Formats: sequence, C-alpha cells, structure tokens
Amino acid sequence: MSKPKTLTFAFMDPPFESARTTTFFRLLDATLDAGANINVFAYEGAVALSFVHQKAHGNTVHGRDVEQEGHPLSREWIAALQHKATQIGATFNWINCGLCADERGINEVIDGCGRGSPADLWKFAASADNTLVIGTR
Amino acid sequence: MKVLQVIEQAFRATGEEQDDTILWLSRSMQAAGADFRILLSGNAVSYALVQKGAPALGFGAWRQDHPANVGADVGELLASGVRIDVVTEDLAERGLDKKQCRDGIQRIARGELAELYNSVDQVWQW
Repeated sequence: MSKPKTLTFAFMDPPFESARTTTFFRLLDATLDAGANINVFAYEGAVALSFVHQKAHGNTVHGRDVEQEGHPLSREWIAALQHKATQIGATFNWINCGLCADERGINEVIDGCGRGSPADLWKFAASADNTLVIGTR
Repeated sequence: MKVLQVIEQAFRATGEEQDDTILWLSRSMQAAGADFRILLSGNAVSYALVQKGAPALGFGAWRQDHPANVGADVGELLASGVRIDVVTEDLAERGLDKKQCRDGIQRIARGELAELYNSVDQVWQW
C-alpha cells in the first residue's frame, strides 16, 4: 500500500464573503476523499473560520427561526472535516496565524485548531507533497 | 525545498497591515529558514519601481504611526539575498519602463516563466 499524500493549504479569506471560502472547503473535502492528509495555515481573515463564537441566526426574510434556518457556520465545516479525517485515519492539522487572530480579537477557536506563525506554513509546506495557496482578492 | 512566491495582487491591505501581506509573510518565513525567490507579476510589478512609503492613515484624531513602506520591504528582501524577478511584459502593459526598476531586481520575459517554474519545488501564486 502506498504512503498517503499530504497537502498543505494556505488560505486568506474570511467566512461569509467570498465563494473562494466554500471552494476551499470543497477542496479540503475532496482531499480527504482521496485519502490524503491535510495541513491548513489560516492567514489574515481566514483565522475567523474557526472562531468558536460563530452563532447561527434565524432569518425573518426566509420566515424561518434559528433551528429551521440552520445557517452554515465555517467552524462546523472544520469540525465536520476533522471528524471525517479521524474516520478515515487521515491527519487534519489547522494552524491560525497568531498575529492575525490578535489584531481581529478572535483567539477563541474550536478544538483541534492551533495558533502559530508563518514558520508553521513553511514547516507544513516542507513536509507536504505539495502546497496550494489561495490569496484573497 | 525551494519555493517561488508569485505576487500578483498589489497593495493588498497595505493601509491596514502596514506592509504587503505576502512580502511580510516571506520575510517572516525567511527567519524560519525558508528558501524562496519572488516573482512580481500583474499589478505587483509596481513593487519593482516603488521607492517611497505610503502616507499614514488618519481618521478623526487617530493617526497611523508606521504606514506601509513597500519599497523598504523590497529593499530588505534584496539586501538579504532574496532574488526578485519582474515580468517585463507586465511592466510594459502598465506603461512602466523596465529601466525604472530599482537596482537588484531581475527582469524576466513571459517566455522564460515555464523554465523558472520548473526550477523550483513549489510555486505559490498569491
């Protein structure tokens, strides 16, 4: 059996503002479908993706309350991918740029997401089979 | 491992972040032992020419202390031995003269990019 691949991703976009964010998560999901390990370095606004206090809301325009609306939260997407990785025996590492989190005041993140620096991106990239960076536009 | 940092977006968040986020990321990784070179393309070719810093932001009585100085950051990278190339056609398309590029910046034609990409282990397109 061949050794599973490891891919590193660097991502800069926050939740709820760009289709790049959902595309990024689709890529992570597809990476796990391929049985590969994942490293993520969340840079700039992307540190908000794992913010633990993200809260779903109802939507009066849609005529739905909080439970009915089931508003998507990126912290739940990360948790779902963490769970999927565990189920298939893949690693799923997520590091937020610490300075980016500080300046945005969003240091409280979900379990399994850590704090680091660009040095972690370099370590991730050096240990991976390849790296995809997705800059904000 | 050698990485080619391709910077295409120019002046991304320079007002708030007091630097270009990818130049900063590069300098920060350099301190961790990263081995990379930089390619300026698209609107970021202006980084090959810029010499001065940006004016400070100000809102009401608040004034920014240290506005971005892309020219100084490029100079620091060059001084530390990082090779920086700029795409000549991208300069020309923006009416910029390659002779205006600061000393130390290397010029590369689009036709040479494939060879450059093949010469590194990873290409990061920002």
